[in-house]
Amino acid sequence: MSSNRLAGMVKLALLVGSLQLGSIGLAAADTTLLNVSYDPTRELYKDFNAAFAEKWQADTGETVTIQTSHGGSGKQARSVIDGLEADVVTLALEADIDAIAKATGKIPADWKSRLDNNSAPYTSTIVFLVRKGNPKGIKDWGDLTQDGIQVITPNPKTSGGARWNFLAAWAWARAANGGDDAKAQQYVAQLFKHVPVLDTGARGATTTFVQRGLGDVLLAWENEAYLSLEELGPDNFEIVTPSISIKAEPPVALVDGNVDAKGTRKVAEAYLDYLYSDAGQKIAAKHYYRPFKPELADPKDTARFADVKLVTIDEFGGWKEAQPKFFADGGVFDQIYKPGQ
Amino acid sequence: MALDTSSAPAAAPSKLVKAATSETRIARLTLIAVALGFVALFLLLPLATVFIEAFRKGPVEFATALRDPETFSAIRLTLIVAVIAVPLNLVFGVAAAWAIAKFEFKGKAFLTTLIDLPFSVSPVISGLVFVLLFGANSALGPFLQKYGIHILFAVPGLVLATVFVTFPFVARELIPLMQEQGTSDEEAALSLGATGWQTFWHVTLPNIKWGLLYGVLLCNARAMGEFGAVSVVSGHIRGQTNTMPLQVEILYNEYNFVAAFAVAAVLALLALVTLVLKTALELRYSDEIAASRRH
Amino acid sequence: MAFRSSTRWRFRQPSVIPGFGLALGVTLTWLTLIVLIPLSGLIWRSSGLGWSNFMSLVLDERTVNALTISFGTAFIAAVVNLFFGVVLAWVLVRYRFPGKRVIDAMVDLPFALPTAVAGIALTALYAPNGWIGSILEPLGIKIAFTPAGIVVALVFVGLPFVVRTVQPVMEEIDKEVEEAAATLGANRYQTISRVLLPGLLPAGLTGFALAFARGVGEYGSVIFIAGNLPYVSEIAPLLIIIRLEEFNYPAATAIATVMLFLSFIMLLVINSIQSWSRRRYSNGA
Repeated sequence: MSSNRLAGMVKLALLVGSLQLGSIGLAAADTTLLNVSYDPTRELYKDFNAAFAEKWQADTGETVTIQTSHGGSGKQARSVIDGLEADVVTLALEADIDAIAKATGKIPADWKSRLDNNSAPYTSTIVFLVRKGNPKGIKDWGDLTQDGIQVITPNPKTSGGARWNFLAAWAWARAANGGDDAKAQQYVAQLFKHVPVLDTGARGATTTFVQRGLGDVLLAWENEAYLSLEELGPDNFEIVTPSISIKAEPPVALVDGNVDAKGTRKVAEAYLDYLYSDAGQKIAAKHYYRPFKPELADPKDTARFADVKLVTIDEFGGWKEAQPKFFADGGVFDQIYKPGQ
Repeated sequence: MALDTSSAPAAAPSKLVKAATSETRIARLTLIAVALGFVALFLLLPLATVFIEAFRKGPVEFATALRDPETFSAIRLTLIVAVIAVPLNLVFGVAAAWAIAKFEFKGKAFLTTLIDLPFSVSPVISGLVFVLLFGANSALGPFLQKYGIHILFAVPGLVLATVFVTFPFVARELIPLMQEQGTSDEEAALSLGATGWQTFWHVTLPNIKWGLLYGVLLCNARAMGEFGAVSVVSGHIRGQTNTMPLQVEILYNEYNFVAAFAVAAVLALLALVTLVLKTALELRYSDEIAASRRH
Repeated sequence: MAFRSSTRWRFRQPSVIPGFGLALGVTLTWLTLIVLIPLSGLIWRSSGLGWSNFMSLVLDERTVNALTISFGTAFIAAVVNLFFGVVLAWVLVRYRFPGKRVIDAMVDLPFALPTAVAGIALTALYAPNGWIGSILEPLGIKIAFTPAGIVVALVFVGLPFVVRTVQPVMEEIDKEVEEAAATLGANRYQTISRVLLPGLLPAGLTGFALAFARGVGEYGSVIFIAGNLPYVSEIAPLLIIIRLEEFNYPAATAIATVMLFLSFIMLLVINSIQSWSRRRYSNGA
């Protein structure tokens, strides 16, 4: 190896090392933001980051580099708690941001009220993905517990999206039984007897359904269902919207403790505000998220969303009540999920 | 033994002895068939799947997938981590094997078991232990942070997790081998007046070099392929703290199957490069190996 | 030959070989830094639970089930690997056949392939619509999404351990020993079962123990193929993840501690048998 190449490699190693050690060696004008997000937002933030960087450059003349980190919502929250220096978090569940607030104090307890719409610039809902032509004739939640139907959903214990699935099913059953929670529980218990595989994440469940050909219906985020239709073949699948579903609100928050330490508050705030802007709402709708202000988005995009009666998490007493009741250790999910009974 | 290998002539074994020291043709073929069938079912097909998926859309798409800057940075990071982690465990492995194989002492099985422990720790936990040790809620984390030293979600954390996971490889490879060889060669060298280091370099090392190579190869392969532990300490910052296995997961989760399997294929190939090296060495020194086997 | 004359208790048998202090010192330092300190942090964390909480958590039906599944499947997989691994190592060391070097090189693949990739590839093969799964399906055999799938993944993950620990020892086997056995009138079967296999026992047991230990903790490849149904195919590491998702670190570390403890005991037993058998069969070295 020539000494030149060796020197190059040493430089490379040093460069990588210095990047890891924080902002050493980066020009002052070049700010870096870290957005710690959950799994299904990759495509959304790829677009959005580029748009925001461009706007920030135009407005202030500064370059901003936005780094993203994606993973299961709970795992991402844990990373931030353990010291991952996120400037903003954009997660699947309110409970995950609450956990960061509680464990680190880097986010104030009232974070939810700091931005419009409970800090959810975009929302989504739960729909069914079925095989082309809907061979089993699945129209609504009631059809899922018929004999011979296999339902694919990830595990509510490990997947934020699956918790929305669970609650959407519950909401339908409660409404169908005149508000009877016991009947709703029976239905949901029945539903999970039709689940042959519990993947740990939403995308794992999609793969099981699409690639492995398992199951008759996949319970999925609306944005995920459309994305998989686009990515994996509109000829093979179609989307069925049930009569009732849940309004899933993936919230965003500024991590005050980190932005103040890094001096990135201004740009981080602008980043989150931009999500609510004209452009931000357009990009969200383009990626099949239901924008908070649909009037700002492209009508062509918003027309894709089917009309569906949406219940909100407030009907379950908010996440602060729903999370421990349904999903904590020994909660409703643990009680009903006993195979072989 | 390996000391005076160069001149040992390969005596042609007599036909009678040969018959008694090898199996019948049928037994041989059966064994080969069983072994190959097993390999096909559990190794060949999964590997083929990876390559078929990687080239599903042709070589152009494969190459494009690898030119992605994030993928490139993942490859670089993986190599950096392996280059640091493997030598550390190499030195440790030789020292541990020397102590355990060459000496009889109390608590040896206990020590060996402690060395084995990282194998039995779930990868998730291997990562978690370092989070508990260096995380923001630990005693050490905030202290180091004050001095600008980042362990978690940075290269040091990735290296630590990798060292932990690959900890036993070299030692475990060498211990049975060195036990099998015993200590007579070393004793002979020492009695002829060699120093301890001379004995190690000129007697022990040549004896164990193939086992050592296996150990390093395994250690290296595992260091590059480790997913679970690294996933916990990485923070998954795109283009920065994602190693190749993490990049594979990201790409797969983006439904970018071709790119995901392309990176996986490169990872498999990287492991094979070291094996090609080993094969080349074996060919180069084939006389010596043959001689050392026959004594 | 080690001296065994003294009956007095001593830490180590006297030996003319130098370097014990240095080698053991390096070993213990590194072991403490990399393994013992981090793991004691884990145990310390789970001790925050208190004994009764700890026990009730560990004896919880679901935890016991998951541990049974993890240890059971890992054991079966290790047995499979021991048998096929020794055969494979034998074939690679003793015979010549086309493609031998390729096969030899491929044995390490399970280490190099990220476990998640292995899981995805195996699931693709063994799922009802996969190459192998579709052959087995009409026969009523289901592999993917059942405990059998876990075994398949663990066989894949553990194979190199057996092959690579047995292989170097096999290469070292002195042909003279076999020739001597043959000269003394042993037939091939006797030579193998009485002379060769006992010599391979320590390495084989080591490989078995490592494959087993690795299988118990394996997560990445298993979750794709297992089905993950509680009480049926839910492995202990998944239960740890579930506890972590609940931000319940003490519970997660408690399960991890139990797994660690059980694995440690099993490894210790196997290592003790191994070291005993080595003393018994080795000719005094």
